[in-house]
Amino acid sequence: MGLTAEELDIVRLSLKISFWSVVSSLPFAIATAYLLDRAEFRGKSLVDALVHLPLVLPPVVVGYALLLAFGKQGPAGAFLEEIFGITFSFRWTGAALAAAVMGFPLMVRAIRLSFESIDRGLEAAAKTLGAGPIWLFFSVTLPLALPGVLTGVLLSFARGLGEFGATITFVSNIPGETRTIPLAIYGYTQVPGGDLMALRLSVVAVLLSLVALMASEWSVRRARRRVRGHDAGG
Amino acid sequence: MLEVEIALDHAGFKLDVRFTCGQGVSVLFGRSGAGKSTVLSCIAGLSRPDRGRIIVEDRVLFDSARSIEVPVHRRKIGYVFQDARLLPHLTVRQNLLYGYRLAEASERRIDLDVVVDLLDIAPLLGRRPAGLSGGERQRVAIGRALLSSPRLLLMDEPLAALDMGRRAQILRYIERLRDELHVPIVYVSHAIEEVARLADSLVLLDHGKVIASGAAGSILSQPKLRQYVGGEEAGALLEAKVSAHDEVYGLTTLTFAGGSLLASEVDALIGESVRVRIRARDVSLALSPPQDVSILNVLAGQVCSIQPEPGGAMDVSIAIGATVIYARITRLSTERLQLVAGKTVYALVKAVSLDRSSTGLA
Repeated sequence: MGLTAEELDIVRLSLKISFWSVVSSLPFAIATAYLLDRAEFRGKSLVDALVHLPLVLPPVVVGYALLLAFGKQGPAGAFLEEIFGITFSFRWTGAALAAAVMGFPLMVRAIRLSFESIDRGLEAAAKTLGAGPIWLFFSVTLPLALPGVLTGVLLSFARGLGEFGATITFVSNIPGETRTIPLAIYGYTQVPGGDLMALRLSVVAVLLSLVALMASEWSVRRARRRVRGHDAGG
Repeated sequence: MLEVEIALDHAGFKLDVRFTCGQGVSVLFGRSGAGKSTVLSCIAGLSRPDRGRIIVEDRVLFDSARSIEVPVHRRKIGYVFQDARLLPHLTVRQNLLYGYRLAEASERRIDLDVVVDLLDIAPLLGRRPAGLSGGERQRVAIGRALLSSPRLLLMDEPLAALDMGRRAQILRYIERLRDELHVPIVYVSHAIEEVARLADSLVLLDHGKVIASGAAGSILSQPKLRQYVGGEEAGALLEAKVSAHDEVYGLTTLTFAGGSLLASEVDALIGESVRVRIRARDVSLALSPPQDVSILNVLAGQVCSIQPEPGGAMDVSIAIGATVIYARITRLSTERLQLVAGKTVYALVKAVSLDRSSTGLA
């Protein structure tokens, strides 16, 4: 079954939005996971709860909150537009932001688990060899957390492909701009004769998710072998 | 030169030690739980003493009174852990060069080729740590620490995780770096054979306190300290010179102050100094030189003292010229032989009891 030009555009837009949501949130997720694992500070449990909030809140509420904060009139939205020229409202960038926020807890959890499982003795050894805090992080801690980082990236990517509620609330359903696969499927089910289109896109969604999960499994296995110190291959 | 004077109290474990170490190998010796590893960890900066001072080669690394605490990565102290701790995501070569690259070029004292040669690790360079045997891993860990050009090398029971064969092999490599690279080493151990082979000086620890410290030979032969040196393994440590090899029978003649000994082939050149450990339980006593026995070493001497040892047997010390050795015999035997201080006896030592694990280059 070949995809029509319109369907291809929808798929491409979905992939683009998911991709940028992951790329832009990854550094923040790594920093947050590291702080939650290693640092002791006041309000740590509050930060932990805030990070996990999108996991339990109705997505519509998250979308509405984004609209209030990052919309044209919102404080953060106005600031970012003025200083960096980034606009979120009713743009694909807004869809990426919504996907990033919704996927953030998944990413942080996976990465944090990886940080927790690192043998601290290895870090101690690297310190005695002269590694300062920053170099230690980039040469030992982060590489050893790679399996968790990959898991987090792919989970968040797959989650982004499926993002619906927060996206439609925050940036609406604009063809070519914010109309991702789930939004398009929803749209087709709402019009007479759209069933076949909805079905075709659903199959695409299933396939994409499968590929993402299998890629995740494969790359995580490879990364795990690596951080356990096995020779290349396998 | 290392100067340590530290105290700490961690969850009921109290440590209060003060000692200095010179060049060569200083062994921190004691039972497990004596605080040996904690001392190393404080020197490296991985643990923090409650108070005290740590000075390495005139550089103050820690001084609670002056609020000095140099962070671990600036201490320039190599650390070889019991469990090697190679970075699993790097190859052997990358592991070796990890600290080398972090050291300033002007501070580097040793190059990759030298270390690779010394430790025979050339074939391992492209491999990853998980595929290495325990002995190989430990050699790489030693090389990695050396390449960071440390001012002091700490070794925390580096042989503990290895089998007997590997131990002997790694010991030889450690002897090599002591003799060829002249890196001061502080070595933690609870195995007397490692002390016998490696130690120039010895710090005896028990329950977080220093019981004694000084030259290895003199401490090991002080009777009142022998309870710390371990029941079955108690004995004398002799400095001796290799005077002849008998290749036909695989025997080496060792001369010491007071006489000479035949030992199973010792891997050292004629004229070289070695240390020989004679375990008290490997020594028998006779009142006259026995005929028709297999024992090759018959040493005449005088009984110095007879002391009961905790296991119920008697430890007899015998002066052979300027050297004192020990014999562990039953109480029955001491009575039958009517041993008293000053009596002349013949100490019988089997040559095969003086083997690879009891001799080492001095």
